Amino acid sequence: MKITVDQDACCGSGLCVIRADRVFDQREEDGVVMLLDEAPSPEDFEDVRAAAAGCPTGAIRLAE
Amino acid sequence: MTDEATPIPDYPFDQPHVLEPPREWAESRAKCPVTHVRMPSGDVVGLLTGYDEVRTLLADPRFSRDLSRKGAARLSNTEDGGLFSRTTEGTADIQEGPGHQRWRRLLSRAFTVKKMEAWRPRVQEMADELIDAMIAKGSPADLREELALPLPVRVICALLGAPSEDQDKFAYWSEVALTLTKYSQEEVDAAQQAFHDYASELVEQKRAHPGDDLLSELTQISDSQDGRLSNEELVSTARGLLLAGHETTSNMILKMTALLLSERERYEAVVADPELVTGTVEESLRMDPLAGVGIPRFITEDIEVGGEPVSSGSSLLVSLAAANRDARKFPEPDRFDPRRENNSQHVTFGAGPHFCVGQTLARVELKVVLETFARRLPGLRLRDTPEQLRQREGVAAGGLQELWVTW
Ligand code: SF4
Repeated sequence: MKITVDQDACCGSGLCVIRADRVFDQREEDGVVMLLDEAPSPEDFEDVRAAAAGCPTGAIRLAE
Repeated sequence: MTDEATPIPDYPFDQPHVLEPPREWAESRAKCPVTHVRMPSGDVVGLLTGYDEVRTLLADPRFSRDLSRKGAARLSNTEDGGLFSRTTEGTADIQEGPGHQRWRRLLSRAFTVKKMEAWRPRVQEMADELIDAMIAKGSPADLREELALPLPVRVICALLGAPSEDQDKFAYWSEVALTLTKYSQEEVDAAQQAFHDYASELVEQKRAHPGDDLLSELTQISDSQDGRLSNEELVSTARGLLLAGHETTSNMILKMTALLLSERERYEAVVADPELVTGTVEESLRMDPLAGVGIPRFITEDIEVGGEPVSSGSSLLVSLAAANRDARKFPEPDRFDPRRENNSQHVTFGAGPHFCVGQTLARVELKVVLETFARRLPGLRLRDTPEQLRQREGVAAGGLQELWVTW
C-alpha cells in the first residue's frame, strides 16, 4: 500500500488522525494533514482505508 | 423531476414524532436524485437526499454557499430570506474558495485533534459540575436547562475567552439568526446588530487585554495586518463561533439522549460496556432524526446531479440527515447499531472544504456527556414518551424544546 495526501485539498478535519494516528498527523500551524508513513505496515491497512474513505475532502489517495 | 400533477410539498416535512424521520426522506431517495420542495419563503428548491449525491455536491466548487446572489432561493419567511441569504459586510472573501481556505487554516489549528484532546479534562470538569448541580436539585430535570445548553456555552466561551454569564443572550441571538418562521425581520435586524456589537466589543477587550485564548490569538493575527484576517472578518468569526459552538452541540446532546433512552437497551448497552461510547455517539449522529433544514447551495453552472440536469441559477438543498439513512451506504439504515463498521462516515458535519470546523470539539463533548451519564446515572430515563416530546419550531436548526429526565 502506498499513500499520498493532497495538502491543498485538506480542510484540517483531523479525522484521519483519529482513525490512524501512526500514519497521519496534523501540522501544528494550520491543522493540515501530515503523512507520517507513506508505506504503512499491513496491520494499519484497515485503519488507513477507513481514513481514506472517511476523509471529508477526499484528500487521501491509496494505491494498493 | 417535478411531476406537474403532484403538488410541491412544503418543507421542512412533518414527522410522525420527533425521533422518527419524515416518510418523505425515503420516498425522495427512491424517486430520483433531485425532488422539489417549497420553503417557508414560498421559493421552490431541489432537495438532495442520496448519500453519494450529497457528498459530491458539497465538495464541488460550482455549488456556491452564497445565497445572497440574485435569483437564489430564500429559505425563511423574513424579508431578508434568512441566515444563508444574509451578507455580513467585509466577509464575502472568506465565504468560499481560496479566501475560505485562508480563514479555515487560521481556525483549524485551534481545533486539531491534539488540542481538543487536551481540552477533554476541562470539558469533563464542566460536565461533572453541571451534573452535580442537576443531581442536587433532584429528579426530574430538564436536561436542556441543566446541561445541554450550559455545557457547550461554557466550553466555547472558555476556548474563545468570552464570559459564559452571557449565555442567555447568545442563545436568543442565535435562535433569532436561525429563524425560518419564528421571528420577524425587525427582530432579526435588532438581534443581528446586538450580536455584532457584542462581538466587536469582545474583540476590543481582547485587543486591550490579550489573554491565553483563541480570540486574543486571532486579534493579534488580525492586528498584524498580514492579510490573513481583517477586523470585520474577525468580528464575524467571533460571532459565528459563539453561535455554532453552542447551538448545534446543545441540540445534539438532547437528541442523542432521547434516541438512547427512548429505546432503552441502547443506553443499557453503553452502561454495561463503556467501550461502546464512541460507536453510540457516531450512530446517534448518523441517525439524527431532527436535523434541521440542511445546507443550501446556489448552482453557478449547468450541471448534472446523479444523472439529472440541474440548471445554472437554481438552488439545491442538501439533506444531510436523509443522506445518512441511504441504504446504499448504511445497510438497514433505520437500525441503531453502535458497532456498525462505517457509522462515522455520516455526513452530519457536512463534507468537502466547508466540513464543520468544530466537529472534533463536538465529538469530545458528546462522548464526555455520554460517558458521564453511563457512569453516574445508570438509571437515567425519559419522563415523557417520544410522542410527547416537542421540537423547536420555526428555526433552521433542528432540536428539542426541552427534555425531561428522571433517575
Ligand atoms: S481526514 Fe482528510 S481533510 Fe481531514 S485532516 Fe485528514 S486529510 Fe485532511
